[in-house]
Amino acid sequence: MSAQPLVALVGNPNAGKSALFNALTGARQKLGNYPGVTVERKVGRLALDDGAIVDLVDLPGTYSLDPTSPDEEVTRNVILGKQAGERMPDALVIVVDAANLDNHLRFALELVALGLPTVVALNMVDLATRDGLELDAARLADDLGVPVIPTVAVRKRGLDHLRVELSQMLPVAAVPLRARKTIGSFAEIQKEAQRIARRAIVSETPSRRLTGAIDKVALHPVAGMALLLALLFIMFQAVFTWSEVPVAMIEGALAAIEEAVSGALPDGVVKDFLVQGVIAGVGSVIVFLPQILILFFFILMLEGTGYMVRAAFLMDGVMTRVGLSGRAFIPLLSSFACAVPGIMATRTISDPKDRLTTILIAPLMTCSARLPVYALIIAAFIPARQVWGGIGLQGLVMFILYVAGIVGAFVAALALRMTVTKGGGGGFLMELPKYQMPLLRDIALGLWQRAVIFLKRAGTIIFVTTVVLWVLLSYPKAPEGSGISPIKYSAAGRIAAVIEPVLEPIGFNDEIAVALIPAIAAREVAVAALATAYSIEDAGGDEVKTERSLTQRLSGRWSLPTALSFLAWFVFAPQCISTIAVTRRETNGWKWPTFMVVYLLGMAYIASGVVFWTATALGL
Amino acid sequence: MSLRLDELPQGRPAYIDRIDWTLMSPSEGQRLREYGICEGASIELMHRGGIFGGGAVACRIGRMTIGMRAKHAAAIEVATTAAGEGILPS
Repeated sequence: MSAQPLVALVGNPNAGKSALFNALTGARQKLGNYPGVTVERKVGRLALDDGAIVDLVDLPGTYSLDPTSPDEEVTRNVILGKQAGERMPDALVIVVDAANLDNHLRFALELVALGLPTVVALNMVDLATRDGLELDAARLADDLGVPVIPTVAVRKRGLDHLRVELSQMLPVAAVPLRARKTIGSFAEIQKEAQRIARRAIVSETPSRRLTGAIDKVALHPVAGMALLLALLFIMFQAVFTWSEVPVAMIEGALAAIEEAVSGALPDGVVKDFLVQGVIAGVGSVIVFLPQILILFFFILMLEGTGYMVRAAFLMDGVMTRVGLSGRAFIPLLSSFACAVPGIMATRTISDPKDRLTTILIAPLMTCSARLPVYALIIAAFIPARQVWGGIGLQGLVMFILYVAGIVGAFVAALALRMTVTKGGGGGFLMELPKYQMPLLRDIALGLWQRAVIFLKRAGTIIFVTTVVLWVLLSYPKAPEGSGISPIKYSAAGRIAAVIEPVLEPIGFNDEIAVALIPAIAAREVAVAALATAYSIEDAGGDEVKTERSLTQRLSGRWSLPTALSFLAWFVFAPQCISTIAVTRRETNGWKWPTFMVVYLLGMAYIASGVVFWTATALGL
Repeated sequence: MSLRLDELPQGRPAYIDRIDWTLMSPSEGQRLREYGICEGASIELMHRGGIFGGGAVACRIGRMTIGMRAKHAAAIEVATTAAGEGILPS
């Protein structure tokens, strides 16, 4: 427990709460989770002018203290001092959208009635002015009985004033607590809110020109859909093309490190461990950082501008067909970067069965961890030629793999909706916020946080599994001159021999069996594992670069049906500890993650088998 | 003239006459009320979504735009206000 007072930032969704949080705390924020739920806990340090330090917590946006989804429940519990892992806030900053007063004031009235020291941030006053609204903050303060500060979070306007108000109401003892008021029924508060809003509005001209004009196109049944598809196309193109230069730079740096380590160390266990284990393993994963950041950049931009909700609106019709809601589109799109944030994003889906279905199919979206696997196999087996007038065959195969994941997800959703997640059907109900240009600083902050999470993962989970795998693959050593493959003789080889009979019918060989075990931790480890396995096997041979030689080694040893079957496996298989862990946390138990693993393994096995035997029958 | 919100011509100002709360779940009803959708409020249909039909509609309520399924819009009965006439106070 820290001694600093805790101030909670609370308000409706789309009131600009997060922008205000970022503006007040800068980069001094900590991301975490509330125990037992996957609701993100965002806390930052705020220094007041009198030198006092307070902890500022950014609570999920909600419309009332009557929660309809897990994140709204956290907001309610924190404010009432009932949330595990959070102390009772000492003061509230209520954020309201100046242009949407009559709606936001209802929740504000509920909060003010709690009697905590409170200040209202009348946010986005600039947009309200642009919309033709002129407001009287003093009048509003009189009616609400708490101070009201006009702010523009993205321009950092009004923040000094807000800090002064906070330092006046903290420490808590300095301010006598107002009595907790009982408030009327929903309709009565609504009337009161509208009355106060009307009194606070000095003049008003109805308008929403910019957003309305963009929405004429963006929400148009045909033009809007075309725009959405175009945006998605640009996004996936950018993931590949923009990343070429940074990926090459990282590869160059890794090669230089490998060379330096090789040169500096004498031959032996330590050198083998560092070069074959650590650098080959962890390095093959870090290479994907640029692509992941580009994907997240697009997702953060789409969210920040307000477009993402429009995409969900457009997709609702399609999603309904497979028994999902348009809301599921946002978590599923995020899952193309990584299923973990995707699954966490499902917390905004209020219907429990919609949400569960979305969680269960999220791992079928082609996440960025599959890219290394796909890229390796495609480079080794699919010739770089053009088909049908200029379409690259390699790119086409990659595209087919993405589509296979999406189709698989839709089929799975339909099947789940008819069986285990039958019933319910929450519908689609969302506010479409005004468009706005997100602050570059906020986007950069989001990217920075994602990069840290990814590198931590590479440094822990992937590092540990790679090291363990290297040890298992290297020991025990086959007797000199025995002619036994060192892999087969090793501990990993012996474990793989046990599962190999199961995998043999779908065309998998020993090395694949060896690679699949550590790849349970994370898909991209499969590449590192194959690299380690074949480089140990070939140790003592010529010293070619892992990357290039791995491609050559694979194309020399695997048949085409085996390679295709391997790709099909990775479209479906649940090879990711983090996803399983987040599913367990999200669904509060082992039942659903176990179900997810079993059904995905089943799909993977069947798909690989079909692909292998079809390809074999076609004589490929 | 009284008609359902999903039948309302786009851009025609109207106000809410009656809402059949039995056509939706309690939590959906709560969320609609939280958006300010209640009898007497002025409302306008802005967009119909989805080329594949059955999609959502977007309507303006106060200064907010809300997306909802056509089936929810069908539960909301509206009366149009004549062109040029001021919007009724809610």
